[in-house]
Amino acid sequence: MIEIKNIQKKFGDRQVLAGIDGCFQPGETSLIIGGSGTGKSVLLKCMIGLVQPDLGEVLYDGRNFLTADDDTRKAIRREMGVLFQGSALFDSKSVFDNVRFPLDMLTTMTEEEKVERAHASLQRVGLENAEQRMPSEISGGMKKRVGIARAIVMNPKYLFCDEPNSGLDPLTSIKIDQLIKEITDEYKITTVVITHDMNSMMEIGEKIMFLYEGNKLWEGNSDTLAHSDVDRLNEFIYANKLLREMEGK
Amino acid sequence: MVTLGRYFIFLGTLFRDRERTSVYLRLILDECVSIGVNSVFIVAIVSSFIGAVTCVQTAYNLDNPFVPRNIIAFIVRDSTILEFAPTISSIVLAGKVGSSIAGQLGTMRVTEQIDALEVMGINSSSYLVLPKVLGAMLMFPLLTMMAAFLGILGGYLAGVLVGVISHEDFISGLRFDYNPFGIKFALIKTEVFAFLIATISAYQGFNVSGGALEVGNASTNAVTASCISIIVADFVLTQLLLA
Ligand SMILES: Nc1ncnc2c1ncn2[C@@H]1O[C@H](COP(=O)(O)OP(=O)(O)OP(=O)(O)O)[C@@H](O)[C@H]1O
Ligand SMILES: [Mg+2]
Repeated sequence: MIEIKNIQKKFGDRQVLAGIDGCFQPGETSLIIGGSGTGKSVLLKCMIGLVQPDLGEVLYDGRNFLTADDDTRKAIRREMGVLFQGSALFDSKSVFDNVRFPLDMLTTMTEEEKVERAHASLQRVGLENAEQRMPSEISGGMKKRVGIARAIVMNPKYLFCDEPNSGLDPLTSIKIDQLIKEITDEYKITTVVITHDMNSMMEIGEKIMFLYEGNKLWEGNSDTLAHSDVDRLNEFIYANKLLREMEGK
Repeated sequence: MVTLGRYFIFLGTLFRDRERTSVYLRLILDECVSIGVNSVFIVAIVSSFIGAVTCVQTAYNLDNPFVPRNIIAFIVRDSTILEFAPTISSIVLAGKVGSSIAGQLGTMRVTEQIDALEVMGINSSSYLVLPKVLGAMLMFPLLTMMAAFLGILGGYLAGVLVGVISHEDFISGLRFDYNPFGIKFALIKTEVFAFLIATISAYQGFNVSGGALEVGNASTNAVTASCISIIVADFVLTQLLLA
């Protein structure tokens, strides 16, 4: 379980996060949604330690990540997998080497164990045939899948995905969502996903948190999403014309 | 001033919290290949031509029957070893190696590859930058020695072919008042330049934020800043070591 308490962050005079609380459960895919520039990525970066919040706590199963000593921080980092918005594959390494990289750097596994684990991970995302290709030679959707394979190769307890389906066609996008959800169920991972995508919200939103200008305005799930009385949230989800028509609003 | 402070903090992070040594050995080897092998050609061309020009130029300037001809070779030798080989090669390398280091790291920064390393708990600056610094410090002296040799050879060939100096005069000039400290001095300078180029360029690349445009700017800044630092360091070292 991940708990965040009163996360605040300012860049200069701009209050990007104004005190966010939340709780993310294992085996559950939690979504963070909200318009562009509302601080979703900054919140995620605060949680994974790439940005230092001005105030607040991030607890990984009770361990305070921000104040922990170096060893504890390292231990927690080894338990998390991150899929970045642009996949962030190492472009000098092949698909296979990207996936086995964390094993090389962070474990003392034997060569066979590493190869087997990396294979299994790539198989899980359906890329066993692209192992020797370079990141520059594969499509955006494949990159995301390699990113997921790399994020799960260490068997993480916590998985973070920043817009896993931005820039993908609807079909690929649904496949990626399903994959994330399945992995989360299968390994009982605590998963946090940032998304703009209405489909994802309806399909995999077991828990949804809506951010607006650095505040959490609403929390619920895919069933209650469309029936909230939060104006900002309704504006956000009914920006989509088709949905508006379908719901008769 | 603030930049200078940040630069020194950045240098500090290179040596903190490193990975296993075996990891570095491979990376250093890779860097040696990309820094060394890829720069041989340009350094060879530049140094032999500068040697040639120095020889011919000096010969025309010393067009006086009372000055012995072998002085020309003596001047070619000392200016090549003391100044041209280490400094000019380093400036050429600042353009080639510096811009590639800054470009590579800058791209890794804006595509979140550096963040990806950080969240794995890897000290990205030591993992990415240290091998480049060590690779440069291993390869630059070799390139400088090659440059010195080719510079003098270029001077010899040009001098003899153009006819401004005879074979015998050139050889006797080369041997005249030879001070082995010259080579040592050149190598010390080269090591300092290698360190400056690699770390300044890495610093520029590491601190990019934005996109492709900023990466390009970082490359340009890396080359400019490296060149300036080379010239300043050259002056300081010459004062310290030769005065
Ligand atoms: N390193 C930084 N320095 C200064 N300002 C920043 C920094 N990172 C983010 N911001 C600002 O914080 C605000 C929130 O950014 P963030 O990236 O979290 O938005 P987002 O909700 O993820 O948007 P999007 O959906 O477009 O990705 C933006 O206005 C951005 O300009
Ligand atoms: Mg974002």
